Amino acid sequence: MAKIIIPTPLRKFTENQSVYKTNGSTIQEAILDLTSTFGDLKQYLFDANENIRSFIRIYLGEEDINTLENGNTKILENSVISIVPAIAGGIE
Amino acid sequence: MSTENKLTPQEMARYARHIAIPEFNVEGQQKLKAAKVLVIGSGGLGSPLLLYLAAAGVGHLGIVDFDVVDESNLQRQVLFTVEDIGKSKAETAKNRLLKLNPHIEITVFNTAFTKDNALEIIKDFDVVADGTDNFPTRYLVNDACVLANKVNVYASIFRFEGQVSVFNYLSGDGTKGPNYRDLFPEPPPPGLVPNCAEGGVLGVLPGIIGSLQASEVIKVVTGVGEPLSGKLFLFDAASFTTRTLKIEKNPKTKITELINYEQFCGIEPKEEKTVKEITVQELKALVDTNADYQLIDVREPYEYDIANLNGELIPLSKVVQAAGQISRDKKVIIHCRSGVRSANAIRELELLHNFENLYNLKGGILAFSNEIDNSIPTY
Repeated sequence: MAKIIIPTPLRKFTENQSVYKTNGSTIQEAILDLTSTFGDLKQYLFDANENIRSFIRIYLGEEDINTLENGNTKILENSVISIVPAIAGGIE
Repeated sequence: MSTENKLTPQEMARYARHIAIPEFNVEGQQKLKAAKVLVIGSGGLGSPLLLYLAAAGVGHLGIVDFDVVDESNLQRQVLFTVEDIGKSKAETAKNRLLKLNPHIEITVFNTAFTKDNALEIIKDFDVVADGTDNFPTRYLVNDACVLANKVNVYASIFRFEGQVSVFNYLSGDGTKGPNYRDLFPEPPPPGLVPNCAEGGVLGVLPGIIGSLQASEVIKVVTGVGEPLSGKLFLFDAASFTTRTLKIEKNPKTKITELINYEQFCGIEPKEEKTVKEITVQELKALVDTNADYQLIDVREPYEYDIANLNGELIPLSKVVQAAGQISRDKKVIIHCRSGVRSANAIRELELLHNFENLYNLKGGILAFSNEIDNSIPTY
């Protein structure tokens, strides 16, 4: 199964899980699988038009999916998908 | 190489372990001596960054920081000691670093880095290292570096996780590398950014990430090795995993001027609905006259344990559900550490439950400690 690595700021939505395993065959299927399991993630990952928000990048291996085929990018059994959010250091 | 960058015999001895590295040699050390590096923020990241850049012999360091040392900084900001609490970070850093290396020059900017002073401050430096802790300043640093053609050595941390990259790097073939906006065109809206109490950071993490940042600065200055341009390095201390991802330039990224970064990050105060406020002096008067009021503390339980004003503890994340516990027929004062979270709590309660009797304690428990009762610990 492909792995999605959940970054620290999003783990509050995934019951603290840092890795999610998915049977999805594309990036879109994998992310939808993740957000159907952890519904609260949707508001963080997607904007009102269901696009990935502009402070989050999705990577397949070391490649940004924007440079591949975005959500239609095919994934394999051993693929590693990274969700990478902007982090600033965190002051009030 | 000008004669002023020639190394003295004393410097040759001091930097002998650098000079012994074949790729580095005397030329690398002379480039460090000639370099002017601006470090923005002298906190968690800035501490190791400045210590290593000073030790390495960067000839001219600039330090931008308006803050003073707080006891809660000492868990990670290794430039400072207990004796420095309450003192200017930038000035204290300068004194500490000159004790480490008297051969270098340090310019202190004891001020906030703003759109009004950014370009003036960075113009005299070759490389900028971003050790800030908030989105508005990160976008400002990025945009100022792009406009002024400076390399921006970037690092950021959160809990166990760190990010490092080198932005706006001019490579040997004359092409400019991506910048922060190519990676993240826009910041998260404030509601999705963890606040300081939800955030937190493993104290050693900025030590690791800030040291990597120092290493990238040294590489950029000396030309030794391959800078982390067009790449984003991620480190997770909890799982001890690292990843290096590619960053592509985004043709839509256009930076032509500095803008209002508070507004860009959605935290422009004037955009927010004003809430009624009460000063710490007014609260003290209520306490002294045994007035009938309700005091609610919207911080986290661990913060309450550090210091409290005997308010009812209802953390911000639970305050809307707990609206039934909040009085509607007397003055209700809501506070947090500095007044930001409590103002948000009031906005939510007014919007969702139509409260009209809520007052924000201006400056929070910090102001109460500073102005009324300094036996209350600050953090």
